[in-house]
Amino acid sequence: MRRLVLAVAAGVAAELAGIGLMTTAVWLIVRAAGQPPLSALTVAIVTVRTLALARGGLRYAERLAGHSAVLRHLAEVRGRVYDALLRRPLAHGDALTRLVSDVDCAQDALLRCALPAAVAVVVGAVAVVATGFAWPLLVGLLLTGCVLPWLAFTFAARHLRALAPARAELAQRTVVLLDGAAELTAFGALDRELDATGRVVDALAERERRGGHVVAALAGLAVVVQFGVALALLRSGAPAHVVLGSIAVLEVVTPLTSAAQRWAEVRGSVGRVREALRAADVPVPHEELPVGRVGVVGPSGAGKSTFLRALAAAHPGVAKGVLDDAHVFHATAEANVRLARPGASREELDRVAALVDLDVPWDTVVGEDGEALSGGQRQRLLLARALLADPDVLLLDEPVEGLAVDHGDAVLRRVLDHARGTVVLVTHRLAPLVDFDRVVVFEDGRVTQEGTHAELVSAPGHYRDRWSTERMAGRSSAGTSTGDGSHSPSNGTNCVNVDEATGTPQRRSAVTAI
Amino acid sequence: MRHVDRRYAVVLAVAAVLTAAVVLAQAEVLASVLAGGWSAWWLVPVVVARAVVVWAVRLVTQRCASSVKASLRKRVLRDSCGSPGPAGSVTTLVVKGVDAVEPYFAGYLPQVAVAAVVPVAVVARLSFADLTSAVVVLVTLPLVPVFAALVGLHTRDRTRAQWAGLAVVGGHFLDVVRGLGTLKVFGRAAAQAATVRAMAGAHAAATMRTLRVAFLSALVLELVATLSVALVAVPVGLRLLHGGVTLQVALLVLLLAPEAYLPLRAAGSQFHASAEGLAVLESVAAVAAQAPATTATTQAPATVATQESATATTQAPATVATQESATATTQAPATVAAQESAAVTTHESAAVAAQASPPGGPPVSMLPGEGDKKAAESAACGQLGGRVAVAVRAPDARTAEIALERVVVRYPGRDAVGPVSLRVAAGERVGLVGPSGVGKSTVLAALMGFVTPAEGRVLVGGVDLREIDRESWLRQLAWVPQRPTLFPGTVGENIALGSSGDVRAAAAQMGLAHLVDAEHPLSSGERQRVALARALVRDDARVLLLDEPTSRLDGGTEEAVLRATRRLASGRTAVIVAHRPAVLGEVDRVVAFG
Repeated sequence: MRRLVLAVAAGVAAELAGIGLMTTAVWLIVRAAGQPPLSALTVAIVTVRTLALARGGLRYAERLAGHSAVLRHLAEVRGRVYDALLRRPLAHGDALTRLVSDVDCAQDALLRCALPAAVAVVVGAVAVVATGFAWPLLVGLLLTGCVLPWLAFTFAARHLRALAPARAELAQRTVVLLDGAAELTAFGALDRELDATGRVVDALAERERRGGHVVAALAGLAVVVQFGVALALLRSGAPAHVVLGSIAVLEVVTPLTSAAQRWAEVRGSVGRVREALRAADVPVPHEELPVGRVGVVGPSGAGKSTFLRALAAAHPGVAKGVLDDAHVFHATAEANVRLARPGASREELDRVAALVDLDVPWDTVVGEDGEALSGGQRQRLLLARALLADPDVLLLDEPVEGLAVDHGDAVLRRVLDHARGTVVLVTHRLAPLVDFDRVVVFEDGRVTQEGTHAELVSAPGHYRDRWSTERMAGRSSAGTSTGDGSHSPSNGTNCVNVDEATGTPQRRSAVTAI
Repeated sequence: MRHVDRRYAVVLAVAAVLTAAVVLAQAEVLASVLAGGWSAWWLVPVVVARAVVVWAVRLVTQRCASSVKASLRKRVLRDSCGSPGPAGSVTTLVVKGVDAVEPYFAGYLPQVAVAAVVPVAVVARLSFADLTSAVVVLVTLPLVPVFAALVGLHTRDRTRAQWAGLAVVGGHFLDVVRGLGTLKVFGRAAAQAATVRAMAGAHAAATMRTLRVAFLSALVLELVATLSVALVAVPVGLRLLHGGVTLQVALLVLLLAPEAYLPLRAAGSQFHASAEGLAVLESVAAVAAQAPATTATTQAPATVATQESATATTQAPATVATQESATATTQAPATVAAQESAAVTTHESAAVAAQASPPGGPPVSMLPGEGDKKAAESAACGQLGGRVAVAVRAPDARTAEIALERVVVRYPGRDAVGPVSLRVAAGERVGLVGPSGVGKSTVLAALMGFVTPAEGRVLVGGVDLREIDRESWLRQLAWVPQRPTLFPGTVGENIALGSSGDVRAAAAQMGLAHLVDAEHPLSSGERQRVALARALVRDDARVLLLDEPTSRLDGGTEEAVLRATRRLASGRTAVIVAHRPAVLGEVDRVVAFG
C-alpha cells in the first residue's frame, strides 16, 4: 500500500511537472512578447529548465515505483492463492491455468487501471484548484474523467457479452473439428466443416467490427471535449497559459477511457481471484482403505482414477503413489524423485532408479511437466518417486503406460515385488491381476463387479470379455503367456507375424499367429 | 513491418499523413488564436477535423485487426487439424491467443507510421517558421533512437540473461500450482507455501532489476523530449524580448516542438503492449510450418529421402517449444523441395519458403484476405494434405489385396509401434485382438494413410499407399472409430457427413430413425450407432475399418450394434479391432497382437 501511494505520488509529480513545463513556457513567451525587462523572466526561465529536467526523472521514478508496488502485491497474492488452493483444490487443470493467469491479469488491472485513475484524479483536482475552479475545465474533467470512461466501460461490457456466445461456439467447434479431423478426412467432409467453422470466425469478426465503432467514436469525442474546453476558456477570456495548461491536464485524464475498457475485460479475472481467496475448506471425502493387493479395471472414464485420487485425498501421508494427474516439476530428475522423501540418501535414490530402469541422469532438468523426457521415462520417474516414498498404501494408476508391453510388465512386477504393503493398481492389462487379492470393476462411475480374478473370469461381464480377448492375444504370441499372468519378458517387440498365406476367405473363425 | 500487406501499408501511410496535417493545422490555428490574431471559432473546424481523423483511423485499424485475426484463426484451424498435438492448446490459440495480435496491428503499426511521418512534417514546418528551433529539434530528434540504441546495446546481454531467468522464476508458480495434487500426495504442499512466497518475492526483485535497466531508454526519450522544449522555449522567449520573432511564430514553435517527440514516445509504449502479439504470430507460423511439412512429404516420390523426412516430421514432438518444432519440421521439406524442385507448384514452393523463414524471426507474411485464398488453394489439411504430384488412382478395393509389410510407426514421446505385418484378401473379414497400446488402432490409421510408416510399407493391390491418391482410396473405405466424434448439427447431418446417400434408411437400420432431426447429447450407444450409420450411408465403400468401443453398451443396444456390425461387414472386406469375444464370431480370421 505504501509503495502504491509512492507510485501515485511520483505519477502526480511527473504529470504536474509536464503540465507546469507547458504552462510556464507559454507564460514565458506571452510575457516576453510584452518586452518586459529580462529580470521579469528569470524565474520562469529557471522553472522551465528545472521542470524539463525533473519530468523525465519523475516519470522514471513513477514507472519503477508502480511496477515495484504491483510486483510485491503479486507475490503476496500468489502466496494467498496458494494457501487457498491448499484449502480447496481445483481439480481441473484448465481452471488452474486460468486462475494463475487471472492473478496476473488482476495485477495488470492495478497497474493499468487503478494507478492511472488515481493519478488523474489528483492531477485534475490540483488543476481545478489552480485555475480557481474554472467551470469549463471542471466540466471537461467530468466528461473526460467520468462520462467517457463510464460509457466506454458500459459499451465494452456489453460488447464482451455479445462476443461471448460467438467465442463459445468457436471454441466448441474448434475442439470438435480437431478431435474429429481424421473422421472428417476419412469421410471427405473436412472442407465442408472447415468452411462452417470459417463462417463462425467471420461472424465473430463482424461482431468485433461493430464494437469498434464505439471505441473509435469515444476517441473522437475525447478530442472534441479537450478542445471544446479550450474554446470555452478562450471565449471566457482566460490567458493563453491557462488554455494550453488545461489541454495538457485533459491529456492526462484521457487514457482513463481505455483504462475503463480494460477494466471491463479484466474485472472477471479480479472477481475469480477474490472468489478463490475466499475458498473455505472442503470436507475430505470418506473412502475406506482397501487391504492387500487390489486391482481396479474398467473402461476409460468409468471412475477408476477418481477413485484413486479420492483414496489419496482421504488418507494423506498413508496412501501415496502414481496418480493420473501426477506432475513432473520443471526441475532436475533428482529433485522430482527426492520430493517423495527429502532426506533420502543417494544410495536409496539409485536403488529405486534401478528397480524401475530409470535411465535419466539425476542432474537432468526435465522441462515443463517433464516435456524433455519420453513418455516411458516420465512414467518411470513417477514410479521411482512412488517407490522412494515407500508408503503403507501404494496407489498406481496405469503406472507402465507408455512403456513397451513386455518391458512394462517386467517393471511392474519388480515394483509389486518391492511394495511392502497394500497396493491399489489401476490397469487396462489384466495379466498382472491374476494373483491379486481382489479386483474391482468400475463402469459408468460405479462398481459393477468385485471379486478375485478367478471369480470374475467365471462370471459374464466386462472383466471376462476383456480377459478372453487379452488371453487370445497372449496365447497366440509365441506362448509367452502361461495363463497365470506371469508374462515372461520375451524378445521385447510387439512383432506380430501373421499367417502370410491368405487364400480364399474362410467361413469360420480361427486364431492364427506365429 | 513484414506482416503487413501493401493495402494496409497504404492505409497506414494515408492515416499518418492525415494525422500530420491535422497536428500542423491545430498548432497553426491555436497559435494564431492565442496570439490574438484570429477569432477563437477558427478552432472549431480544426478540432472537428482532428476528431474525425482520430475516429476514422481507429475504425480502420480496428477493422483491419479484426480481419487479420479472422484469417489467422482460419489458418490455424486449417493447419492444425490433422497434425498431432493436443487440441487444448490449439483451441486456446484460436479462441483467445489470436486476440493478442490486435495491439500490434491496431496499435503499434499505426503508431510507427505516425512516428515516421509526423516528426518530418513538424521539422519541415518549423524550418519555415523559425530555422533555429527547427535545427534544435532536428539535432535532438535523432538522439532519441541513438541513445535508446546505446542504452539497449550496453544492457542487452544483461537484460537478455535477466529475462531468461525471469521466465523460469515466473513459470514457477504455475508449475507448483499444477503440481499441487502431487505435492499433497507426498505431504510436501505446506512446505512449498513458503517457497512460493520466496520465489514470488525473488521474481519481483529480479524483475525490478531488469526494469530499472529496461526503463532507461524510456528515460532518455523523456529527457530529450522535455529538454528540447526548454531548449526551444527559452531562446525563443529571449528573442521575443528583442522583437526577433513574432508572438504567433513563438507560440507555433512552442506548440509544434513537443509534437515531434510525442509519436516516438507513443510507439515505444505500444511496442511493449504488442510483444505478446508478435509471439502469437510466431506460434501461428509454427503451426503452419508443421502442417504443410507433412503435405510436402506425402507428395514426394517414395524414395529413401521421403521416408526419412516423413519420420522426421512424425517424430517432431508436439510438446517442444514452438520455435524448436518449427526448426525440426522446416529441415525435412526443404530437402524434399530441393530434390524435386521441378515438380513443385508455386503454391508449394511458397509454403516451403514460408517454412524456411528463420524460426524466431518474424513469421510468414500475414495479410488480411490473403491467408484465406492461400488456404483455399491448398484445399487440404495438415498431413492429410492436397496431393498433386505423383498420385495414382486407388486400385479397386473389391479385388485388391491389402497388406502391411513390417510397418513401424513412431509417435512422439512413445516407444515405436510394430513392426506389424498383415495381409487381408479382398472380401476377407479379419479381427484384431490384443491389449491396449500395442498398435491395433495404428493399423487402421496406417491403412487410411493417417500415419506414415517410419519403416515398412502399406500396399493396396501391390501399390504403395503413399503413391495412391488419398481421396480415391478413402472413398472406398468406411471407418467406424472407437470414439466417434459428433459434430454440431442434427443426428441426420452427422450421419450424412457430406454424403448424398439415404440417411433416413441408414438411421432406420441402426434404430435411430426417431433421432434423425434431433441434436445431441446422445448416449454412448447412440453415438456408436451414428458412426455405424455413417459407414452404412456410404454404400460404395467396399472396405470396413471398425474399431470396437471399449466401453460397454447396455444389453439391448449391444445386441443392436452387433447386428448392425454384422450387416455392415457382410459382403465387404473388413478389418475389425475387437475388444469383446462376441464380435469375433463375425470374422473369418483372428489376428493377435501383443
